Amino acid sequence: MRVVPFDVPGHKRGRGNPELTAFLGQQCVGVDVNSMKPLDNLCHPVSVIREAEELAADAFGAAHAFLMVGGTTSSVQSMVLTACKRGDEIILPRNVHRSVINALVLCGAVPVYVNPEVDQRLGISLGMKREQVEKAIREHPNAVAVLVNNPTYYGICSDLRAIVRMAHDAGMLCLADEAHGTHFYFGGGLPVSAMAAGADMASVSMHKSGGSLTQSSLLLIGPNVHAGYVRQIINLTQTTSGSYLLMSSLDISRRNLAMRGRQVFHQVADMAEYAREEVNAVGGYYAFGKELINGNSVFDFDTTKLSIHTLDIGLAGIEVYDILRDEYDIQIEFGDIGNILAYLSIGDRSQELERLVSALAEIRRRYQKDASGMLNQEYIDPEVVASPQEAFYADKISLPLRQTEGCVCSEFVMCYPPGIPILAPGERITKEILDYIEYAKEKGCSMTGPEDPEIKNLNVLTKYRKEAQ
Amino acid sequence: MEFWFSEFHTPDVKHSIRVNRQLYSKESDYQRIDIFETPEFGRVLALDGNVMLTERDEFIYDEMITHVPMAVHQGIKDILVIGAGDGGVVRELTRYDRVERIDLVEMDPQVVEACRAYLPGNACRMDDRRVHIYFENALKFIRRCEDEYDLIIVDSTDPFGPSEGLFTREFYGNCYNALREDGIMVNQQGSPFYAEDASAMQRSHKRIAGTFPVSRVYQAHIPTYAAGYWLFGFASKKYHPIDDLDAQAWNALNLRTRYYTTRLHVGAFYLPAFLEEMLLEVE
Repeated sequence: MRVVPFDVPGHKRGRGNPELTAFLGQQCVGVDVNSMKPLDNLCHPVSVIREAEELAADAFGAAHAFLMVGGTTSSVQSMVLTACKRGDEIILPRNVHRSVINALVLCGAVPVYVNPEVDQRLGISLGMKREQVEKAIREHPNAVAVLVNNPTYYGICSDLRAIVRMAHDAGMLCLADEAHGTHFYFGGGLPVSAMAAGADMASVSMHKSGGSLTQSSLLLIGPNVHAGYVRQIINLTQTTSGSYLLMSSLDISRRNLAMRGRQVFHQVADMAEYAREEVNAVGGYYAFGKELINGNSVFDFDTTKLSIHTLDIGLAGIEVYDILRDEYDIQIEFGDIGNILAYLSIGDRSQELERLVSALAEIRRRYQKDASGMLNQEYIDPEVVASPQEAFYADKISLPLRQTEGCVCSEFVMCYPPGIPILAPGERITKEILDYIEYAKEKGCSMTGPEDPEIKNLNVLTKYRKEAQ
Repeated sequence: MEFWFSEFHTPDVKHSIRVNRQLYSKESDYQRIDIFETPEFGRVLALDGNVMLTERDEFIYDEMITHVPMAVHQGIKDILVIGAGDGGVVRELTRYDRVERIDLVEMDPQVVEACRAYLPGNACRMDDRRVHIYFENALKFIRRCEDEYDLIIVDSTDPFGPSEGLFTREFYGNCYNALREDGIMVNQQGSPFYAEDASAMQRSHKRIAGTFPVSRVYQAHIPTYAAGYWLFGFASKKYHPIDDLDAQAWNALNLRTRYYTTRLHVGAFYLPAFLEEMLLEVE
């Protein structure tokens, strides 16, 4: 359709920015258009965007789906902001993504943490146990929602169906962070998806395993949540200039998944299973899988995830991550203190997996060392002193890292990825946490969160400072 | 009728060979395989549109990739050949009585099948009792080998296709590990002439030089390859390609060759200035 553009964007189908057009291609800049009558409006969809959302809802088994252009971060925040108001309690595992706690900073809700069980050998946090959730619900009957990671970054799932039931029995909503679970909607033999388990809202990172463009995402809701209210919440923080590149990528990916998803993810799971066997045959590494399932804190495992424990060859996950990239030209998703994660998805082929396995074999041969003295803890129980919002906005002072012991932190500290906070606003700083931060820095983890980018200083609340000294 | 097979050596350079007829064309799981009959070069094997060999000039490649290491290390008995599904490398190696085992790892069974049917001059010794053919991914095969071979010959396609994994550091490291303490690895190292080929050549030389204590490059003139100018890598744990050449022993074998001689062997390691510079840059 030839329409004369006297509207934004000002590049006018790329004509005004030839370098950009040469770089991205005519097709790409041609799709970068503004909302208009025939193309609908993301803030208030009534025609083509609405249709795309209906098709997505149908494909994911949801009552309604929202196309999201601010990443799954924005989906998660909209989910939390829909469920909670200032002062409300929300039950969640502590190993949530920072976007969840960010949402609490925005709305003033108070977290009730369920401390996840930790696998001592792997040093990773697992899912929430049913009895832990039950206890949290009993002790906080006025909480408004329970949030579940489905799955965690490492592919570990809690008993989502049971948690949904408990939440609903207590009159609470059940929210699922499915940033790493898009494929659950399209796979045989994969863990249950949030919508199939009866959850009320789910944030689905289409751009991760689903193949859409980075920053595009879906927010799904069940029948208990009012779609119009969710739309209002989304519009509080989402751009009014929704990118048609991102939206079209969501629509095309939804189509691809609906038509080929089952077959593709079957292949992905097979490839991951093969890689697990090969990595474990190398020796020294432990590529973990379904054997972790214990019926409770590991209720199910996402077999498409290739997570590998590296500490037994004397290398931190982040060290293996760095060697893979610097010496073998292999970029993996992340490495933390004890593990690495290779993200397998719809674009992978077996020859690249052979490279990964061979490189791991080489790294073991060349770099293996004594494994003693390696930290393996990924999770430290937090002591929550103030709500995230109170802590974030309170009067604070910047102190050198080692002088902050006993103080209450006003900011996040995390390794990114995975983006799970070591410290969140409002939490007590302990010696154990400071040791962990220094160890992670020394091993080369990419640390983010604090105002001071080098993390030599931390902001702490002045109000609680005296009591620390 | 004008019937030509053309191959792009760069986006701006095209090499064309007149074709009498096409004998074979098939899309395998990994690549497109074509065999043409041509007036100038005889039969031509192309994978994904790239010339792999012609009957007319394959002897240069197959002699240079085999006799150079065989003339240096007199104790070579166990050999691993990677790629080389056409059989030319195997044909040269089976001429040595001292060779006891040749393991050939080829990813694509269709290549072997096509060459057996249409390139008997190359595939003629594939049934030698010492030859064992494995249709497998080479990276996977070699991960399991340790201290097992005296010679590894990597006869791969370009680094831009399905053979990409054979130009990686992990692969060269696995080769090192699979070789005995005096083992040698020889690989086709591409061409240094056109820019894209040259930087791929530099990358793989850098990786090999970082893996093996001895790493040298030698050259040959091969008319149907890009720029007609081709390189091989000689990497070794112990032997030096010139200092340890035993010309007398090799000549005593009385093998008739059409390109390789022990005099050429030495000369092939003397490289033009621009190439010396390129290699030095990454060593």
